[in-house]
Amino acid sequence: MYAFTYQRPKTVRQAAGLIAKNVDAKLLAGGQTLLPTMKQRLASPPAVIDLAKIEGLAGIERKGRTVVIGAMTKHADVGTSAIVREAIPALAALAENIGDPAVRNRGTIGGSVANNDPSADYPAACLALGATIVTNKRKIAADDFFQGMFTTALEEGEIIVKIAFPLPSKAAYAKFPNPASRYAMVGVFAAKRGSEVRLAVTGASSDGVFRWTAGEEALRGRFSPKSLEGLSVPADGMISDIHGSADYRAHLVGVMAKRAVTTAIGK
Amino acid sequence: MTTTGIGAPVRRKEDFRFITGQGRYTDDIERPGQAHAYFLRSPHAHANIRSIDVSAARAMPGVVGVLTGEDLAKDGVGGLICGWMIHSKDGSPMKAGAHPALAVGKVRYVGDHVAVVIAETLAAAKDAAEAIVVDYETLAPVVDMNAAVKPGAPVIHDVASDNVVYDWHLGDKAATEAAFAKAKHVAKIDLVNNRLVPNPMETRAAIGEYDAGTEGYTLYTTSQNPHVARLVLSAFIGIAPEHKLRVIAPDVGGGFGSKIFIYAEETVCVWAAKKVGRPVKWTSDRTEAFLSDAHGRDHITHAELALDERGKMLAMRVKTKANLGAYLSTFSSCVPTYLYAPLLSGQYDIPAIYCEVEGIYTNTAPVDAYRGAGRPEATFVVERIVEVAARELGQDPAAFRRKNFVRKFPHQTPVIMAYDTGDYAASLDKALELIDYKNIGKRKRESARAGKLRGIGFSAYIEACGIAPSAAVGSLGAGVGLWESAEVRVNPVGTVEVLTGSHSHGQGHETTFAQLVCERLGIPIDQVAIVHGDTDKVQFGMGTYGSRSGAVGMSALSKALDKVIAKAKKVAAYALEASDADIEFKDGRFSVAGTDKSLAFGEVALQAYIAHKFSGQDLEPGLKEGAFYDPTNFTFPSGVHICELEIDPDTGVTKIDRWVAVDDFGIVINPMIVEGQVHGGIAQGVGQALLEGAHYDETGQLVTASYMDYCMPRADDLPSFTVGATVTPCPSNPLGIKGCGEAGAIAAPPAVINALTDALGHEDVTMPATPQVVWRAARKAALRAAAE
Amino acid sequence: MTTVTMTVNGKSVTANVDPRTLLSQFVRENLRLTGTHVGCDTSQCGACVVHVDGRAVKSCTTLAVSCDGSSVTTIEGLAVDGALHPMQEAFREHHGLQCGFCTPGMIMSAVDIVNRKGNALDEHTIREELEGNICRCTGYHNIVKAVEAGARAMAPGATSIAAE
Repeated sequence: MYAFTYQRPKTVRQAAGLIAKNVDAKLLAGGQTLLPTMKQRLASPPAVIDLAKIEGLAGIERKGRTVVIGAMTKHADVGTSAIVREAIPALAALAENIGDPAVRNRGTIGGSVANNDPSADYPAACLALGATIVTNKRKIAADDFFQGMFTTALEEGEIIVKIAFPLPSKAAYAKFPNPASRYAMVGVFAAKRGSEVRLAVTGASSDGVFRWTAGEEALRGRFSPKSLEGLSVPADGMISDIHGSADYRAHLVGVMAKRAVTTAIGK
Repeated sequence: MTTTGIGAPVRRKEDFRFITGQGRYTDDIERPGQAHAYFLRSPHAHANIRSIDVSAARAMPGVVGVLTGEDLAKDGVGGLICGWMIHSKDGSPMKAGAHPALAVGKVRYVGDHVAVVIAETLAAAKDAAEAIVVDYETLAPVVDMNAAVKPGAPVIHDVASDNVVYDWHLGDKAATEAAFAKAKHVAKIDLVNNRLVPNPMETRAAIGEYDAGTEGYTLYTTSQNPHVARLVLSAFIGIAPEHKLRVIAPDVGGGFGSKIFIYAEETVCVWAAKKVGRPVKWTSDRTEAFLSDAHGRDHITHAELALDERGKMLAMRVKTKANLGAYLSTFSSCVPTYLYAPLLSGQYDIPAIYCEVEGIYTNTAPVDAYRGAGRPEATFVVERIVEVAARELGQDPAAFRRKNFVRKFPHQTPVIMAYDTGDYAASLDKALELIDYKNIGKRKRESARAGKLRGIGFSAYIEACGIAPSAAVGSLGAGVGLWESAEVRVNPVGTVEVLTGSHSHGQGHETTFAQLVCERLGIPIDQVAIVHGDTDKVQFGMGTYGSRSGAVGMSALSKALDKVIAKAKKVAAYALEASDADIEFKDGRFSVAGTDKSLAFGEVALQAYIAHKFSGQDLEPGLKEGAFYDPTNFTFPSGVHICELEIDPDTGVTKIDRWVAVDDFGIVINPMIVEGQVHGGIAQGVGQALLEGAHYDETGQLVTASYMDYCMPRADDLPSFTVGATVTPCPSNPLGIKGCGEAGAIAAPPAVINALTDALGHEDVTMPATPQVVWRAARKAALRAAAE
Repeated sequence: MTTVTMTVNGKSVTANVDPRTLLSQFVRENLRLTGTHVGCDTSQCGACVVHVDGRAVKSCTTLAVSCDGSSVTTIEGLAVDGALHPMQEAFREHHGLQCGFCTPGMIMSAVDIVNRKGNALDEHTIREELEGNICRCTGYHNIVKAVEAGARAMAPGATSIAAE
């Protein structure tokens, strides 16, 4: 790790002030991606602004037909939350399967969403559930938030405060983990709310999380895995590496989508 | 059987310190005034070094020293060596390129050592390393073995203009060709034995220290064989004479072969300690380990098996290219030759075998012994081609194997080995019963109904352990003899210290060696201490690798214990005022035959040191004996492993459902520890078959340089194992031990791949058979089935 | 330098550290508690697992300064008054370790599994929950047995494993 100064603001306003003064500084949420990157000297922020001591950034509440999760809420807490398990069990299940138990004890939903790693799980949930990302400045719809690999709508000095998930009528996440890293090689989050169907795919595309619109259309007629038979995602634009070529990933999108829908209708 | 003697599942004496966090590994040691070393490594697979400018780095804060290959050369420090000479078919010696510990003029793989920075902290050393300016002239790299031997390929070492280290062979070519000429059926197979990275969980580390007062060096290092390290560092690399160099290998967190070798880093640390006047500590991070630990396997092989009309094996011929990487590591040359071809007879009676091996340089990390070392590669060839032959002949794979088993012992194979004992059919029978082979058809149908593909795969392996005798390995090119030493020190109070040249890095010697002492001396196990891993304590030893500690190290201990008992009988005779011949030793007591006069072992020990009664006599005081044991033959553990698995054809995910291992390790000292060795070996073998593969891209960058991309077996990748045993005691050593450390890693890969090909309608799959590989094979199999 | 105060194995410690000091470095180098090991650079091997405020974390992926005010338990703090923790006993009894390097992290994770999932753990659960801990020696077979037995022995009123 390169040397850095360490700052521990007590409020979001203070944090925003610090980052405004030092645009190369990094916000530290759970650190489960940032710290390994810094350890390998792949990032050299002059300052690290630790959000851990900011009051009120962690927590889960149900507001009518919405579940609101604070940005600093740890994966483990989302996964075991009675509120989430009752309202959006698919989201709890997703959180319970991120990384490993020790990573889930530190990694946060805000950190994951802000980082928008192309193989992270949460972006798929946000996109499929039509979540709203609330920052210190504004509210951003998930559809507008994720803008390609490691790229989001966040502006300089903008800090995620919470994420609001509207309740689906049916939802499930099916993940095919990379055998080595256990990140999603393909993860498909299927959600149905009223007549709206969304299929969000993570891990597969070099553009990051995306919606498989052809699959969504097919499911709009009938929300059943049978509706996806014969449909396939084009291999163009899929990630291709030693773990899976583009055509294999494209194939897995179809398989995982069917499995997600199967699980969703089983509940 | 006593509760602590031979055959008892004694709980391990060493565990207390490990489960309480009090193990003492090299990186846990902090020497007064120690500075930290960081190695600047080559980012290029192949490049000339025009110049290295370290001036800016030297001026960085906290820097104690920056050293390069030029400094090493100026001090007359020699290069790293390969200790086993292999001769090519034409009688010429292998072409060993120079291997300086820090590069001189050229780098040959990504991770090659360019310079070392020594600083007050590791962070300061890393910061300074970034300030070193190296002017590289990049050269075309050659990563692929087939490309390396093509005319006009880039030359890695001038001494080997065709990149061929040796072109070696073994066996009777004419007899083999003759047998093929009259064969009714010939099975053929092309195989890749994938490159692996050993990955003990403790990375390598070293602390070099120099005492100007005594002119003595100390090296703390993660070694499986500290005496061999001292010998090489002294006699070949020339850092210090042996009596001025102490090598300590404290608790070592796994080795699997990768900690046998003498590497650049420990060489540099011990040399640099004097240069900078400070203890110098280096600990590898995991990425460095991937780049610079010696890798394993990496063969390309074509094999053919000749059969008569009834399916009896007539002959085998094998042609292998072995990737040895950019430099010859310490024992690399013998792994794809004498540790490989002599195992090609497997458990089978094959009248003629001929094997050719080309050792090849590439711009990749050096390749050397990794758990099994040559024997897994041989077993993969044998057990894959046997499976293919059985299927081509339409014979049950178990019955086909049984028909061809060696049945009479001793059995001389056409490739050096003289198998001394075994009962291969007994292991097969037991394994078939444990896996419930008769109902496999039913289980396959059940899987098919659930949309899954089920397969079963066999591996009937043999290995040669306790590599020996010294005269034999010497005649084959080994630079050292492969004996072992032990010393038994009996203290006046009757407690015992055993000093062994074997080294434990997970094998549990502190328990098993103590069990042998308990068995023979009849004393409680807590009165026995096993000392190893320090050249100032143990006089000499060859260390632990090749499943040799039981068969060779404990045999040395057994010999030393014989001497202790013989001496103690004389002491007892004086003490009891009887003649030597009348002394009997049983259950820890020396007694005079036919009387009630007796002394406990501890009382005799005390008498040996009091020595009043035999002063001035021919008996010397004290009770301490040593022995060197040189085996008369290899040992030949064998067994049958059966893997049963299920494939999800939609994703290609393989789930191992059952694993049966029935091994014949001869006499077992501690069945709990032996089973643990089998479990761990299977996991590494399954890792090779399904998960692990080191992958270089065409520019020579290691793509799999962390656990993000190199797939280590995890708990949820594996099933529980059913482990059974058969026993034919080894006749060539006093304890009947054969060795168990590598069996699982040797047996497992073909068992998995045979099971996969069984499930996939004989469609071949390469290792590692990742979900992607299996999915493609499943699709091909489905298409072919649909077409048929 | 940043001042950090935390409780480690029941003792309060205060130190001035470079902010880039990882928790694993802090316990190993500053406190000389070398039972916590480091086996990888990418937060996967789990040799470094300790408990922070009662939850398992990877100390190689946690800044020491982030643990200001926290209570940290390392493998050295698991045995109380010289009596081994039931999970430590179980690893010894079931031969759940060979070289011992992954063992501290493995045991700390195992205790955390029991804290979260209870005392009756099946093989499938144990294998899944050990996803973040890599062992190269044992093939996991005996680790799974050890965790299962250790979990039972941790139940209130359970008798010691050795007595079974």
